[in-house]
Amino acid sequence: MANDHIDITVEPGEVHALLGENGAGKSTLMNQLYGLLQPDEGQIVVNDEPRVFKSPRDAIAAGIGMVHQHFMLVPVFTVAENIALGAEEVRGGPLGWLDRRRSRRDVIETSERYGLPVDPDALIEDLPVGAQQRVEIVKALTREVDLLILDEPTAVLTPQETEELLTVMRSLTAMGKSIVFITHKLKEVKAIADRITVIRRGQVVGTASPDTSEEELAALMVGRAVSLEVEKAPAEPGDSILKISGLVVDDDRGVRAVDGVDLEVRAGEVLGIAGVQGNGQTELVEAVMGLREVRAGAVHLEGEDLVGRSTKRILRSGVGYVPEDRSHDGVVKEFSVAENLILDMYDRAPFGNAFRIDGDSVASNAKHRVEQFDIRCQSPASLVGALSGGNQQKVVVAREMSRPLRLFIASQPTRGVDVGSIEFIHSRIIHERDQGTAVLVVSSELDEVVGLADRIAVMYRGRVLAIVSPDTPREEIGLLMAGITGDTPEGAK
Amino acid sequence: MSTTTVEEMAEVTAPEPFWSRQRHLGVALILIGGLAAVVFGSLAPSEDARFTLSEDSAGAALAINGQFGAVLFGLLTAAAGGVLLAGLLKRWSNVFLVAGILSFLLSFLCWQVAGEFMPLVDTTDGTLELALPLILGALAGVLGERSGVVNVAIEGQFLMGAFAGALVGTMAGSVWAGLLSAAVGGVIIAAILAVMAIRYLVDQVVVGIVLNLFALGITGFLYERLMQPNAQEYNQPPQMPEWRIPGLADIPVVGPVFFEANLLVWIALVLVVVIHFGLSRTRWGLRTRAVGEHPTAADTVGIRVRGLRYLNVLLGGVVAGIGGAYFTLVATGSFTKNMTAGAGFIALAALIFGRFTPFGAFGAALFFGFAQKLATYLSAIGSPVPSQFLNMLPYLATLIAVAGLVGRVRAPAADGQPYIKG
Repeated sequence: MANDHIDITVEPGEVHALLGENGAGKSTLMNQLYGLLQPDEGQIVVNDEPRVFKSPRDAIAAGIGMVHQHFMLVPVFTVAENIALGAEEVRGGPLGWLDRRRSRRDVIETSERYGLPVDPDALIEDLPVGAQQRVEIVKALTREVDLLILDEPTAVLTPQETEELLTVMRSLTAMGKSIVFITHKLKEVKAIADRITVIRRGQVVGTASPDTSEEELAALMVGRAVSLEVEKAPAEPGDSILKISGLVVDDDRGVRAVDGVDLEVRAGEVLGIAGVQGNGQTELVEAVMGLREVRAGAVHLEGEDLVGRSTKRILRSGVGYVPEDRSHDGVVKEFSVAENLILDMYDRAPFGNAFRIDGDSVASNAKHRVEQFDIRCQSPASLVGALSGGNQQKVVVAREMSRPLRLFIASQPTRGVDVGSIEFIHSRIIHERDQGTAVLVVSSELDEVVGLADRIAVMYRGRVLAIVSPDTPREEIGLLMAGITGDTPEGAK
Repeated sequence: MSTTTVEEMAEVTAPEPFWSRQRHLGVALILIGGLAAVVFGSLAPSEDARFTLSEDSAGAALAINGQFGAVLFGLLTAAAGGVLLAGLLKRWSNVFLVAGILSFLLSFLCWQVAGEFMPLVDTTDGTLELALPLILGALAGVLGERSGVVNVAIEGQFLMGAFAGALVGTMAGSVWAGLLSAAVGGVIIAAILAVMAIRYLVDQVVVGIVLNLFALGITGFLYERLMQPNAQEYNQPPQMPEWRIPGLADIPVVGPVFFEANLLVWIALVLVVVIHFGLSRTRWGLRTRAVGEHPTAADTVGIRVRGLRYLNVLLGGVVAGIGGAYFTLVATGSFTKNMTAGAGFIALAALIFGRFTPFGAFGAALFFGFAQKLATYLSAIGSPVPSQFLNMLPYLATLIAVAGLVGRVRAPAADGQPYIKG
């Protein structure tokens, strides 16, 4: 059951924050409100009138709009086409000849009325995510909605873009629109919400006002006291382990993604890479792991050249790797926990050789790891696909940390992971560092990078703009993430 | 949030690598052009190659010395390649590519036709006629695939259409009843495909292949049990009449091809235009493309994804069924077992080669039709080139297209993926 008898009321002109961990049931709740899912019990009342939403069409008609976490925009369509879709302006009666001029004009009108600049003729796939989000908001507003649901809207934004979004939200509520703001980020909730409803395991566990402290909100969300800070001693960096020089890598479309990156990670330190998603971090890590072709430059692990080596050899030369897309690259969902724990070692002693796998040692290894890494599963024989995101990620971390490591690379290590597991994974990463492993952490969550890293490299459009200390003010790192370095005046628009 | 971000994006376009697609194609054209000039030129007899405007060797004709022509057009191919390689006139690179390929073809023709003659009207007419089912089949594919349903069952729809057209056409004694039931036959196969793919989420390619085998089996069985013993009652459909538009039909070459034709030719030509504008300019088209590219996005703005997919696949069935009617009501006077002989797959190839667009599919279908016509022509004049080579052309061209040599063939993003709500 994803939602268990939830009651929630949204007043006109308010920002109502829906706070909860991944998998708490926030999106399920909102998908019912938007007509994408149908509730088994209970009812939706809009302006004192009970309504049944069979499809989003009914919800839109009742004045409810939604901006989804993954944008609902057709990449090969223009902005105007996307906004018109489903509510097209047509001429010529039954033929349904599109009136493109009127669609364009409507977009421009709405965009001016609410102060949300969008170019009606731009193709969605050419727009940065911040602009795509504006298109989504304009799309909802052209449908004259009174209630706007924003599902994790800040997950893909830079700190500056987040600020601007909050401003837009304020001006919308000032015009009388109501907003449901779904998030798990406490700072934003405190900054914008008029009321907060906290959801845990499909139930409302409490309501709070915006002046509740972050610690209290986190405790409500998780169900116990949690530490928001990563506890760690100062790093004691040793010799240089990973040395990346002049690295150039292309993305899948052949566009330059990493454009001359130099980095060094030393033993016993965590180097964090901050940056908005899509600025080359993924490609950088994939290139180091031998998963992506290196166009130019070198990658050395304690003097050994890694470029051109297979991923298997790189892993076996003492590199641990937590990929960013867990369900696609991290685990085999149809395999058991025990099998997933030896995916990298199945053909080696003690688990097996070229011809067979030793079931007993696989099972005893699994038992040991499940305890050591607090993996919550019915048994090591359960399929990984049946575990929660946090426990799946623990399987990946456990596997990658079960070899002697010189270098540990984690890409988005806590994406889609519950707060409890985040704490645990962070402490394991720091533990690995303290044993003298060089650690490289890539995350689009600035809090995570700041919490874990001893040094922070900020990436923007395939380049490392600066390497800063984690004590640097947030605003400064945020500006760097937006590509503003301070010493290039033309970027400082 | 300022709009400057949009312009900033433009700067990051990657520097083009030197060995771009144009340059690769340029080298390829220079090589085949040179080869054509040398090989075709040396093999061609130094006699006139005549391309006549009438049906026979007499009458007005374009003539060129075969050897000279083979060398000349080979060199032109290489020259077009040279332009591409030098990176000149990039905006027109596709024009040069097409010009290069046409020159190569002409070089080949000069060699083959030297000492003979090629009747242009007959060739064009034959090309269009052979392309006819391919155009209709590919359009059926366009309808389905643009909405996200892969239609591998065009062959099955052809067979069903051909069979139903022959059977009902004979029994009713009316070619129009035949045409109508051909459309129904296509729709039957399309309906099974739609239900399996959209309702039951079965792999669309697998369903398509199974439906082709099903259509082959059922029409084959009924042909042997029903049609063969009683051909007069069940398998002698009336033929589609040729209509002549006075005036227009007197234009040389074009007139007899387009304006003295059967209804199917006009249906096909009109459908190309209608589907093109329908997809690009109407509400139905916008929604169809949205459903094929990003069905969840379409759903969240209240579009019935499955309903639209059903509609498009069934419309495709109508079009492919009419394409099937060509085989029994136009090309031959009766149904025979497996008479479509893979035409549905060539239509599928035309669809992909034509980049999932109506006009692209039309062009590709004409090209493949020409290849087939050329194959029969060459065997008629006793050419040393085996006609099988030319029959391979559609498949070869599709391989080249899919490999990305003629620009990226980008299928709709959600093509072949069933839509599961929620």
